[in-house]
Amino acid sequence: MLLNQFLLLAAVLFAIGVYGVIVRRNGVLVLMSIELILNAVNINLVAFGSMHNVSGQVFALFVIAVAAAEVGVGLAIVLLIYRNRRSIDFDELDELKG
Amino acid sequence: MIGILSAATTCEPTKCIELPANIAFGIGAVFMIYSAIRMVTTKNIVHAALYLIMVLAGVGMNFLLLQAEFVAVTQFLVYIGAIVVLFLFGIMLTKAPMGISDDLDNLKQRPYAIATALLVLVTLSYALIVSFTDTRVKLASPNSVAAVSDSIFGQYLIPFEVTSVLLLAALIGAIVLARKD
Repeated sequence: MLLNQFLLLAAVLFAIGVYGVIVRRNGVLVLMSIELILNAVNINLVAFGSMHNVSGQVFALFVIAVAAAEVGVGLAIVLLIYRNRRSIDFDELDELKG
Repeated sequence: MIGILSAATTCEPTKCIELPANIAFGIGAVFMIYSAIRMVTTKNIVHAALYLIMVLAGVGMNFLLLQAEFVAVTQFLVYIGAIVVLFLFGIMLTKAPMGISDDLDNLKQRPYAIATALLVLVTLSYALIVSFTDTRVKLASPNSVAAVSDSIFGQYLIPFEVTSVLLLAALIGAIVLARKD
Protein backbone atom coordinates (compact mmCIF):
# COMPACT_ATOMS: atom_id res chain seq x y z
CA MET A 1 0.00 0.00 0.00
CA LEU A 2 1.22 3.45 -0.80
CA LEU A 3 1.57 5.86 2.10
CA ASN A 4 -0.02 8.55 -0.03
CA GLN A 5 -3.39 6.84 -0.36
CA PHE A 6 -3.97 7.19 3.38
CA LEU A 7 -2.59 10.73 3.49
CA LEU A 8 -4.70 11.91 0.54
CA LEU A 9 -7.84 10.35 2.04
CA ALA A 10 -7.07 12.21 5.28
CA ALA A 11 -6.56 15.44 3.31
CA VAL A 12 -9.99 15.04 1.67
CA LEU A 13 -11.66 14.41 5.02
CA PHE A 14 -9.85 17.41 6.52
CA ALA A 15 -11.06 19.68 3.71
CA ILE A 16 -14.65 18.44 4.10
CA GLY A 17 -14.41 19.10 7.84
CA VAL A 18 -13.16 22.65 7.22
CA TYR A 19 -16.10 23.21 4.86
CA GLY A 20 -18.50 21.98 7.53
CA VAL A 21 -17.02 24.19 10.25
CA ILE A 22 -17.40 27.29 8.09
CA VAL A 23 -20.79 26.65 6.52
CA ARG A 24 -22.80 25.13 9.38
CA ARG A 25 -24.80 27.36 11.71
CA ASN A 26 -25.94 24.76 14.23
CA GLY A 27 -23.45 24.43 17.12
CA VAL A 28 -23.68 20.63 17.35
CA LEU A 29 -22.99 20.26 13.63
CA VAL A 30 -19.91 22.48 13.94
CA LEU A 31 -18.60 20.21 16.71
CA MET A 32 -19.25 17.18 14.47
CA SER A 33 -17.20 18.75 11.69
CA ILE A 34 -14.36 19.32 14.18
CA GLU A 35 -14.48 15.60 14.97
CA LEU A 36 -14.07 14.92 11.25
CA ILE A 37 -10.92 17.09 11.21
CA LEU A 38 -9.48 15.33 14.27
CA ASN A 39 -10.11 11.94 12.66
CA ALA A 40 -8.29 13.01 9.51
CA VAL A 41 -5.32 13.95 11.69
CA ASN A 42 -5.50 10.54 13.40
CA ILE A 43 -5.25 8.74 10.06
CA ASN A 44 -2.18 10.81 9.28
CA LEU A 45 -0.58 10.02 12.65
CA VAL A 46 -1.12 6.28 12.35
CA ALA A 47 0.00 6.21 8.69
CA PHE A 48 3.20 8.10 9.45
CA GLY A 49 3.72 6.09 12.61
CA SER A 50 3.67 2.87 10.60
CA MET A 51 6.85 4.10 8.87
CA HIS A 52 8.82 4.41 12.11
CA ASN A 53 7.58 2.93 15.39
CA VAL A 54 4.43 2.87 17.50
CA SER A 55 4.73 6.53 18.60
CA GLY A 56 2.21 7.51 15.93
CA GLN A 57 -0.36 5.15 17.42
CA VAL A 58 0.28 6.56 20.91
CA PHE A 59 -0.23 10.09 19.62
CA ALA A 60 -3.48 9.00 17.94
CA LEU A 61 -4.67 7.62 21.28
CA PHE A 62 -3.86 10.94 22.94
CA VAL A 63 -5.79 12.78 20.22
CA ILE A 64 -8.80 10.52 20.84
CA ALA A 65 -8.67 11.28 24.58
CA VAL A 66 -8.36 15.03 23.98
CA ALA A 67 -11.22 14.89 21.45
CA ALA A 68 -13.44 13.21 24.03
CA ALA A 69 -12.67 15.96 26.54
CA GLU A 70 -13.22 18.62 23.89
CA VAL A 71 -16.63 17.24 22.92
CA GLY A 72 -17.73 17.07 26.55
CA VAL A 73 -16.87 20.69 27.29
CA GLY A 74 -17.99 21.86 23.85
CA LEU A 75 -21.43 20.32 24.18
CA ALA A 76 -21.75 21.76 27.69
CA ILE A 77 -21.01 25.22 26.25
CA VAL A 78 -23.53 24.69 23.42
CA LEU A 79 -26.12 23.60 25.98
CA LEU A 80 -25.44 26.73 28.05
CA ILE A 81 -25.83 28.91 24.95
CA TYR A 82 -29.12 27.15 24.19
CA ARG A 83 -30.34 27.73 27.74
CA ASN A 84 -29.53 31.43 27.62
CA ARG A 85 -30.57 32.22 24.05
CA ARG A 86 -33.12 29.51 23.15
CA SER A 87 -31.07 28.91 20.00
CA ILE A 88 -27.69 27.43 19.09
CA ASP A 89 -27.34 29.35 15.86
CA PHE A 90 -23.73 30.53 15.85
CA ASP A 91 -24.57 33.38 13.48
CA GLU A 92 -26.73 35.03 16.12
CA LEU A 93 -23.90 35.15 18.65
CA ASP A 94 -22.63 38.57 17.60
CA GLU A 95 -22.56 40.49 20.86
CA LEU A 96 -18.79 40.93 20.61
CA LYS A 97 -19.13 42.58 17.22
CA GLY A 98 -18.16 46.27 17.43
CA MET B 1 -11.63 -13.36 -9.28
CA ILE B 2 -9.38 -16.19 -10.43
CA GLY B 3 -6.59 -13.69 -10.90
CA ILE B 4 -6.96 -12.49 -7.34
CA LEU B 5 -6.93 -16.04 -6.00
CA SER B 6 -3.92 -17.11 -8.01
CA ALA B 7 -2.09 -13.95 -6.99
CA ALA B 8 -2.90 -14.74 -3.37
CA THR B 9 -1.49 -18.25 -3.62
CA THR B 10 1.72 -17.49 -5.49
CA CYS B 11 2.79 -14.16 -3.97
CA GLU B 12 5.36 -13.61 -1.25
CA PRO B 13 4.00 -13.47 2.30
CA THR B 14 4.47 -9.69 2.71
CA LYS B 15 2.84 -8.97 -0.66
CA CYS B 16 -0.10 -11.34 -0.22
CA ILE B 17 -2.18 -8.84 1.69
CA GLU B 18 -1.46 -6.05 -0.79
CA LEU B 19 -4.27 -6.50 -3.31
CA PRO B 20 -7.13 -7.31 -0.90
CA ALA B 21 -6.00 -4.49 1.36
CA ASN B 22 -6.03 -2.06 -1.55
CA ILE B 23 -9.52 -3.19 -2.60
CA ALA B 24 -10.77 -2.78 0.98
CA PHE B 25 -9.14 0.61 1.17
CA GLY B 26 -10.75 1.75 -2.08
CA ILE B 27 -14.24 0.66 -1.05
CA GLY B 28 -13.78 2.22 2.39
CA ALA B 29 -12.43 5.48 0.96
CA VAL B 30 -15.39 5.94 -1.41
CA PHE B 31 -17.79 5.11 1.42
CA MET B 32 -16.07 7.54 3.83
CA ILE B 33 -15.88 10.45 1.40
CA TYR B 34 -19.53 10.02 0.42
CA SER B 35 -20.58 9.87 4.09
CA ALA B 36 -18.44 12.89 5.00
CA ILE B 37 -19.90 14.98 2.18
CA ARG B 38 -23.42 13.93 3.16
CA MET B 39 -22.62 14.79 6.78
CA VAL B 40 -21.75 18.39 6.01
CA THR B 41 -24.56 18.89 3.48
CA THR B 42 -27.55 16.98 4.86
CA LYS B 43 -30.53 18.99 6.03
CA ASN B 44 -31.50 16.50 8.72
CA ILE B 45 -29.44 16.92 11.87
CA VAL B 46 -29.94 13.36 13.13
CA HIS B 47 -28.85 11.98 9.77
CA ALA B 48 -25.66 14.03 10.14
CA ALA B 49 -24.87 12.11 13.34
CA LEU B 50 -25.52 8.80 11.59
CA TYR B 51 -23.25 9.75 8.67
CA LEU B 52 -20.63 10.72 11.26
CA ILE B 53 -20.81 7.14 12.60
CA MET B 54 -20.15 5.81 9.09
CA VAL B 55 -17.11 8.06 8.67
CA LEU B 56 -15.76 7.06 12.09
CA ALA B 57 -16.20 3.37 11.26
CA GLY B 58 -14.32 3.93 8.01
CA VAL B 59 -11.49 5.61 9.90
CA GLY B 60 -11.39 2.60 12.25
CA MET B 61 -11.16 0.33 9.20
CA ASN B 62 -8.20 2.34 7.96
CA PHE B 63 -6.50 1.85 11.32
CA LEU B 64 -7.01 -1.90 10.92
CA LEU B 65 -5.48 -1.76 7.43
CA LEU B 66 -2.46 -0.01 8.98
CA GLN B 67 -2.26 -2.80 11.61
CA ALA B 68 -3.02 -0.39 14.45
CA GLU B 69 -5.61 -2.69 15.96
CA PHE B 70 -5.54 -1.15 19.45
CA VAL B 71 -6.21 2.32 18.04
CA ALA B 72 -8.99 0.82 15.90
CA VAL B 73 -10.70 -0.77 18.91
CA THR B 74 -10.34 2.47 20.87
CA GLN B 75 -11.81 4.33 17.90
CA PHE B 76 -14.88 2.10 17.87
CA LEU B 77 -15.33 2.21 21.65
CA VAL B 78 -14.68 5.88 22.32
CA TYR B 79 -15.98 7.51 19.15
CA ILE B 80 -18.88 5.35 18.05
CA GLY B 81 -19.73 4.15 21.55
CA ALA B 82 -19.41 7.37 23.51
CA ILE B 83 -18.92 10.52 21.46
CA VAL B 84 -21.72 9.88 18.96
CA VAL B 85 -24.10 9.16 21.85
CA LEU B 86 -22.99 12.46 23.39
CA PHE B 87 -23.78 14.18 20.09
CA LEU B 88 -27.22 12.60 19.96
CA PHE B 89 -27.86 13.81 23.52
CA GLY B 90 -26.68 17.27 22.48
CA ILE B 91 -29.05 17.24 19.51
CA MET B 92 -32.00 16.24 21.67
CA LEU B 93 -31.23 18.55 24.62
CA THR B 94 -31.03 21.58 22.32
CA LYS B 95 -34.42 20.65 20.82
CA ALA B 96 -33.02 20.53 17.33
CA PRO B 97 -35.64 20.29 14.61
CA MET B 98 -36.32 16.65 13.81
CA GLY B 99 -36.78 16.09 10.13
CA ILE B 100 -35.69 18.36 7.33
CA SER B 101 -34.85 21.95 8.20
CA ASP B 102 -33.51 24.51 5.78
CA ASP B 103 -31.65 26.83 8.15
CA LEU B 104 -28.76 24.54 9.11
CA ASP B 105 -26.40 26.15 6.59
CA ASN B 106 -25.25 29.71 6.24
CA LEU B 107 -25.78 30.25 2.53
CA LYS B 108 -23.85 33.52 2.52
CA GLN B 109 -20.70 31.76 3.68
CA ARG B 110 -20.99 28.79 1.32
CA PRO B 111 -18.80 30.18 -1.51
CA TYR B 112 -16.09 31.14 0.96
CA ALA B 113 -16.34 27.74 2.63
CA ILE B 114 -15.98 25.92 -0.71
CA ALA B 115 -13.03 28.13 -1.64
CA THR B 116 -11.30 27.52 1.70
CA ALA B 117 -11.88 23.77 1.58
CA LEU B 118 -10.56 23.56 -2.00
CA LEU B 119 -7.52 25.66 -1.07
CA VAL B 120 -6.76 23.37 1.88
CA LEU B 121 -7.28 20.27 -0.26
CA VAL B 122 -5.13 21.47 -3.18
CA THR B 123 -2.30 22.68 -0.92
CA LEU B 124 -2.22 19.48 1.15
CA SER B 125 -2.50 17.22 -1.90
CA TYR B 126 0.26 19.04 -3.75
CA ALA B 127 2.60 18.87 -0.76
CA LEU B 128 1.83 15.17 -0.20
CA ILE B 129 2.19 14.17 -3.85
CA VAL B 130 5.48 16.02 -4.17
CA SER B 131 6.88 14.62 -0.93
CA PHE B 132 5.69 11.00 -0.79
CA THR B 133 5.14 9.92 -4.38
CA ASP B 134 6.50 6.38 -4.12
CA THR B 135 6.74 5.89 -0.37
CA ARG B 136 5.21 2.59 0.65
CA VAL B 137 3.76 1.66 4.02
CA LYS B 138 6.14 -0.62 5.91
CA LEU B 139 3.88 -2.48 8.29
CA ALA B 140 5.36 -3.58 11.59
CA SER B 141 4.76 -6.97 13.18
CA PRO B 142 1.04 -7.73 13.50
CA ASN B 143 1.15 -7.96 17.30
CA SER B 144 1.78 -4.30 18.09
CA VAL B 145 -0.40 -3.93 21.21
CA ALA B 146 2.51 -4.89 23.45
CA ALA B 147 4.70 -2.28 21.77
CA VAL B 148 1.98 0.35 22.15
CA SER B 149 1.58 -0.34 25.86
CA ASP B 150 5.35 -0.33 26.39
CA SER B 151 5.48 3.03 24.67
CA ILE B 152 2.58 4.54 26.65
CA PHE B 153 3.86 3.35 30.02
CA GLY B 154 7.51 4.02 29.22
CA GLN B 155 8.42 6.84 26.93
CA TYR B 156 5.05 8.65 27.16
CA LEU B 157 4.21 8.03 30.82
CA ILE B 158 4.08 11.69 31.83
CA PRO B 159 1.83 12.80 28.93
CA PHE B 160 -0.40 9.83 29.76
CA GLU B 161 -0.76 10.95 33.38
CA VAL B 162 -1.34 14.55 32.29
CA THR B 163 -4.15 13.26 30.04
CA SER B 164 -5.94 11.92 33.12
CA VAL B 165 -5.73 15.40 34.68
CA LEU B 166 -7.12 16.85 31.45
CA LEU B 167 -10.06 14.43 31.50
CA LEU B 168 -10.76 15.30 35.14
CA ALA B 169 -10.69 19.01 34.30
CA ALA B 170 -13.03 18.44 31.35
CA LEU B 171 -15.38 16.40 33.55
CA ILE B 172 -15.58 19.09 36.24
CA GLY B 173 -15.81 21.83 33.60
CA ALA B 174 -18.69 20.13 31.81
CA ILE B 175 -20.60 19.63 35.09
CA VAL B 176 -20.04 23.24 36.19
CA LEU B 177 -21.10 24.59 32.80
CA ALA B 178 -24.15 22.42 32.27
CA ARG B 179 -25.72 22.29 35.76
CA LYS B 180 -28.73 24.43 36.53
CA ASP B 181 -28.24 26.93 39.34
